[in-house]
Amino acid sequence: MSSDDLDALALLHDPVRRSLYAVVAARGGDVGRGEAAEAAGVSRTLAGHHLDKLVEAGLLESGFRPQEKKGPGSGRPAKVYRRARGERSVSLPPRDYAALASVLAGVVDALGAEEQAEQAARAAGARMAGKHAGEPVGQVLEARGYEPYEEGGALRLRNCPFHVLAEEQPLLVCSMNLALCQGLLEGLGDDPARAALDPRPGECCVTLKQTDIDIEGG
Amino acid sequence: MHLAEMNLAHLRAPTDSPELAEFVALLEPINALADEAPGFVWRLKESEDDPTATVIHEYGDHLLINFSVWESLDTLWNYVYRSAHLDVLRRRREWFLRMAEPYMVMWWIPEGHIPTLAEGMRRLERLKAEGPSPEAFTFKDSYDSSEAASLPAAAEATK
Repeated sequence: MSSDDLDALALLHDPVRRSLYAVVAARGGDVGRGEAAEAAGVSRTLAGHHLDKLVEAGLLESGFRPQEKKGPGSGRPAKVYRRARGERSVSLPPRDYAALASVLAGVVDALGAEEQAEQAARAAGARMAGKHAGEPVGQVLEARGYEPYEEGGALRLRNCPFHVLAEEQPLLVCSMNLALCQGLLEGLGDDPARAALDPRPGECCVTLKQTDIDIEGG
Repeated sequence: MHLAEMNLAHLRAPTDSPELAEFVALLEPINALADEAPGFVWRLKESEDDPTATVIHEYGDHLLINFSVWESLDTLWNYVYRSAHLDVLRRRREWFLRMAEPYMVMWWIPEGHIPTLAEGMRRLERLKAEGPSPEAFTFKDSYDSSEAASLPAAAEATK
């Protein structure tokens, strides 16, 4: 834990900043000052002030989106905000599970034990479901750090809760992530086959298909 | 600079065997995905007409070789791990034997240069013998193009 991380996270104690951060993160892309202000229910000026504070702390990044109207009188490009790429974590007392997970992922890889790792992940997913009995799967995923959103009848996941490890050992971690989601569905009494790999840059590799709509008409 | 990438896979059975049929059927869609992926520059093709033809080479019939050139590490990474290619990769044990030694290598090349398979093999040998360096590296220990460009030996290694 660095004092920077603690300072950045302390900024989110302010409810206006927290809701602005949540609005920008939930859009998954560039959000203008006006849009963020409206969604958070505050004035543009206040939103601008807090958004810039979040940029200063490294929780958001800012950029400029050119105005749609070209030529004279179209005004300055609009300032936009998006979630910063890095991650912050604070643990008291200090703990570092990511470093250990990275070492263990390396061992699984060296042993060629991917199948056992996937089985263990599936079982872990099923165990997790036990704490969330009766809850809709989207809500459970959200509580686990995934950020579900709907697209074309499927539930896509904006955030990968295992991001750092997934960059390091994508094949192992994405396979385990899929198994974990399948185990979770199974444990919730849902169809595990709903979870499938459908990776896209910048998102979680797993997508939950909507199985009550039978697209293939079988 | 552009990024050259070569990888080997040890086939469980000949490509015309029933065990490999499903894999061979996936070659056309997956190669098409690579060709259309952002940052794709070039790949070694055995045939312009037959998308299922694998590269013929002199390094052993059991080896399947992929050889391609990309604009950047990110674009290659996104194709390999953030496209439908990931699912094919996940099923690799159905078609390929597990390799205990490094089976993929990357290195930077000047734009417009098309490397040879022999160079790829030399880069892989170098990776095995000396570990990752700007001249032969992997995703896990990658080097950016500026590190490769500043190497006095960079020109030498491409000979």
